[in-house]
Amino acid sequence: MLNLIWFLLLASGIIVAAFNGNIEVVTEAALTAAQGAVKICIDLVGVMALWLGIMKIAEQGGLIQALARLMKPLMVRLFPSIPPEHPALGAIILNLSANMLGLGNAATPFGMRAMQEMQKLNSDSPEASTAMCTFLALNTSCITLIPATIIGVRVSLGSPNPTEIVGACIFATSMAMLMAVSLDYWFRTRSPWGGKD
Amino acid sequence: MLLSILTLISKWAIPFLLLSVPLYGMLKKVPVYESFVEGAEQGFYTAVKIIPFLVGMMVAISVFRASGAMEYLSRAVAPLTALIGAPSEILPLAVMRPLSGSAVLGMSTELMKIYGPDSLIGRLASVMQGTTDTTFFVLTVYFGSVGIKKYRYALLTGLTADISGFLASVYICNLLFR
Repeated sequence: MLNLIWFLLLASGIIVAAFNGNIEVVTEAALTAAQGAVKICIDLVGVMALWLGIMKIAEQGGLIQALARLMKPLMVRLFPSIPPEHPALGAIILNLSANMLGLGNAATPFGMRAMQEMQKLNSDSPEASTAMCTFLALNTSCITLIPATIIGVRVSLGSPNPTEIVGACIFATSMAMLMAVSLDYWFRTRSPWGGKD
Repeated sequence: MLLSILTLISKWAIPFLLLSVPLYGMLKKVPVYESFVEGAEQGFYTAVKIIPFLVGMMVAISVFRASGAMEYLSRAVAPLTALIGAPSEILPLAVMRPLSGSAVLGMSTELMKIYGPDSLIGRLASVMQGTTDTTFFVLTVYFGSVGIKKYRYALLTGLTADISGFLASVYICNLLFR
């Protein structure tokens, strides 16, 4: 599916540009995006090193495992394929908590760590495990308690009540999250795509 | 009240973590600095590993957007917005939301400039910005970091959640702000 989507994004873009007679935007967009992608990754190095370092301390002190134990009743239901008290669960909890608090730069390294732990359980397969799919369903639809960026924009545009949208955001994300979790559960248990691992 | 508590939490969360985790490590007799360096070493490899995945995805999305194909797509689905009670100005946002975070932020800022942050369109743009994530980006980065190339049903789940988030945003904004 991803191969097709990737091809369609590229091909439809190039065809539309050709029809509109501005094919040169394709070259410019492609090259700028390629450079931009590398820049994002390089910018990630420092933040990633910081949080993975802090996380290692937490792990060697047993804090991550304790966190996993605390959330065990919920986590074993969401991630039946991960053994309880596995370090992956601790990393998942940290990632989702950071997401909720709007700490995007800490959330990503915790998430990478969770993915690496799950990939060990997945015996380094190039195909996603069901646990990874569940994790990403939660991650992409996760509630943000403080949508700081958009509040900032609203303040700068002179809204008299910049935070009034927070409740509505929480409602809408909750709906998205509910959908993601139920759909993921359905795929995992009922669809021909599920079953593995 | 609730909001000021939340803002306080988000301001203190990182300093708190940077103090409490090493302190906990010290109490548990962990060699904190050595552990930190050992963990931090992974940061570089993880970030570099994402590069090919992110280049591939960002190039495709960027070509799709810059060529105007994205606009055609949102125009093609425009009749649907009337059906769910959303102003048609908001649709490009919904189409773009899973693809590019920075593009969506630019677009919603633009909409709020034109219509005002407290118009229905402005509020809807705000709520959509605060709802769900840039699904394609997150999947590319997270799966890329461990070399996963087959996403199975993860993309479908993520996109369905995005659509639900969009519909819920329209519903709640019509209910609260109309």
